[in-house]
Amino acid sequence: MSSLSRDEVARVAGLARIDLTPAELDRLAGELDVIVESVARVSEIATPDVPATSHPLPLSNVFRTDVPVATVDRDAVLASAPAAQDGKFLVPQILGEDS
Amino acid sequence: MSDVTRLSAAALADALASGEVSSVDATQAHLDRIAAVDDAVHAFLHVSSGEALATAADVDARRAAGEELHPLAGVPIAVKDVVVTQGLPTTAGSKILEGWVPPYDATLVERIKAAGLPILGKTNMDEFAMGSSTEHSAYGNTHNPWDLDRIPGGSGGGSAAAVAAYEAPLAIGTDTGGSIRQPAAVTGTVGVKPTYGGVSRYGLIALASSLDQAGPVTRTVLDSALLHELIGGHDPRDSTSIAEPLPDLVGAARLGATGDLTGVRVGVITELQGEGYQPGVLARFEESLELLRGAGAEIVEVSCPHFTYALAAYYLILPAEASSNLAKFDGMRFGLRVIPEDNPTAERVMSATRGQGFGDEVKRRIILGTYALSAGYYDAYYGSAQKVRTLIQRDFTAAFEKADVLVSPTAPTTAFKLGEKLDDPLAMYLNDVATIPANLAGVPGLSLPSGLSDDGLPVGFQVLAPAKADDRLYRVGAALEALLENEWGGPLLGRAPELETR
Repeated sequence: MSSLSRDEVARVAGLARIDLTPAELDRLAGELDVIVESVARVSEIATPDVPATSHPLPLSNVFRTDVPVATVDRDAVLASAPAAQDGKFLVPQILGEDS
Repeated sequence: MSDVTRLSAAALADALASGEVSSVDATQAHLDRIAAVDDAVHAFLHVSSGEALATAADVDARRAAGEELHPLAGVPIAVKDVVVTQGLPTTAGSKILEGWVPPYDATLVERIKAAGLPILGKTNMDEFAMGSSTEHSAYGNTHNPWDLDRIPGGSGGGSAAAVAAYEAPLAIGTDTGGSIRQPAAVTGTVGVKPTYGGVSRYGLIALASSLDQAGPVTRTVLDSALLHELIGGHDPRDSTSIAEPLPDLVGAARLGATGDLTGVRVGVITELQGEGYQPGVLARFEESLELLRGAGAEIVEVSCPHFTYALAAYYLILPAEASSNLAKFDGMRFGLRVIPEDNPTAERVMSATRGQGFGDEVKRRIILGTYALSAGYYDAYYGSAQKVRTLIQRDFTAAFEKADVLVSPTAPTTAFKLGEKLDDPLAMYLNDVATIPANLAGVPGLSLPSGLSDDGLPVGFQVLAPAKADDRLYRVGAALEALLENEWGGPLLGRAPELETR
């Protein structure tokens, strides 16, 4: 399996929307490479005949009765938002100038 | 009453019921204790004195009026800061949530409030529960009451230290790979990870949704059973919650305390001992096995060959789930928002916010998880890890055919020095080698103190049971606790050095 290069860490951090400083990139690339190398051993025993498990206990779909219930108070939610206006979240522009 | 902070929750509940002490006095005594020692221990991120005393006064009034109350009514409790509490700040140990006050309560908090337990405050933890030492908190280290230069375990180091330092008789923890049990082990306290789905996850800030489970942090096995029964049981707001009644946990703890384990088969897991475990940890483990044998238990050796891959599978599954769960911390709806210069787009605000708001370990795991889920790597990493999960579940199934409970040391070492493993993520991850398999399989686990190692620090003994058979943990745990305390002449915590008070 490929090792995790500095460029690859930068690319993945971009996908995860995390700004990293050059120093952080250097350090994380080294650390993550060691970790990935170590966890890659799962493939040694993950043969095609073994089914995957995503959940600890068997579960089927769970439904509740279709009855309206009270929601969390809107003003209480907006009170701890970074910015709000007219009963809504206020967010920065979604599209850039060149979009 | 000499010092109510030294009582178990069960004993304090009795004293409250008999009128020997009021909840206001008991709560104030714990707030005084926090004021006296928490500068040194730093178990709490927020102390809610006013709210706690108001709850206590209300319980006292209702008791005086003859109202029938929950058995734990008036007994104070501390809550890990990953659990949302309406009106009390909730940060999950992260700068990205600094100052956030949730507009709702977790289900387990609703149950605590309905039963009348005063909430003393919110306890410190590794950021978003990622860590084994509480050193990844954005708000400073918690110190182990046995030795203030050492880690209290993690991620729930605050809850374990609060209970060990007599700042609270009860606390709530969460356990994704050992975050209740490993702190219990290194602080000489008791901690239980219930069966997955046994306690509602509604209102827990999710780390890895298929692994997370909330549970009790206490000083005695019976206290854990009492708290587990209070917070556990079906919750329609958590679709993974088990829609069945809990087993009789308190009854099992009381049965176990008689010290008789005749006919109980105890399986020792071959793969969770030996290399990597401190000699003092193994010695205390062997002594406990002898006590169990003396109590009538049949000790058998069981092999779980795939457990040696559990750590690797866990460090793929957890980061993968975490990278998805933590996507909501984007500076748009709650918490921190960092705005770079030049009229930025929302996307740049998100990246700047997450770059500044997340600490090192959180960044490490989100990037690892994103990588493991990304195109071209998914099958090799995440897909393989999920197959290992199947193999580990099969190991448990086979082992529980030979034994009623499985046992191991909870952690391979005693509490290490603060800073010792901070720069070596893999060494830090190894602390949870014995606790992680239970999370991957969803089975319940308990840790109780089994003595002091050669370095004079507490060692934990882990008991594991099949899913939905949490009562077995309490029966075997309470039996071993009774046998050990009979040998020691009292609880292990009684041997901890007295903290300086101010």
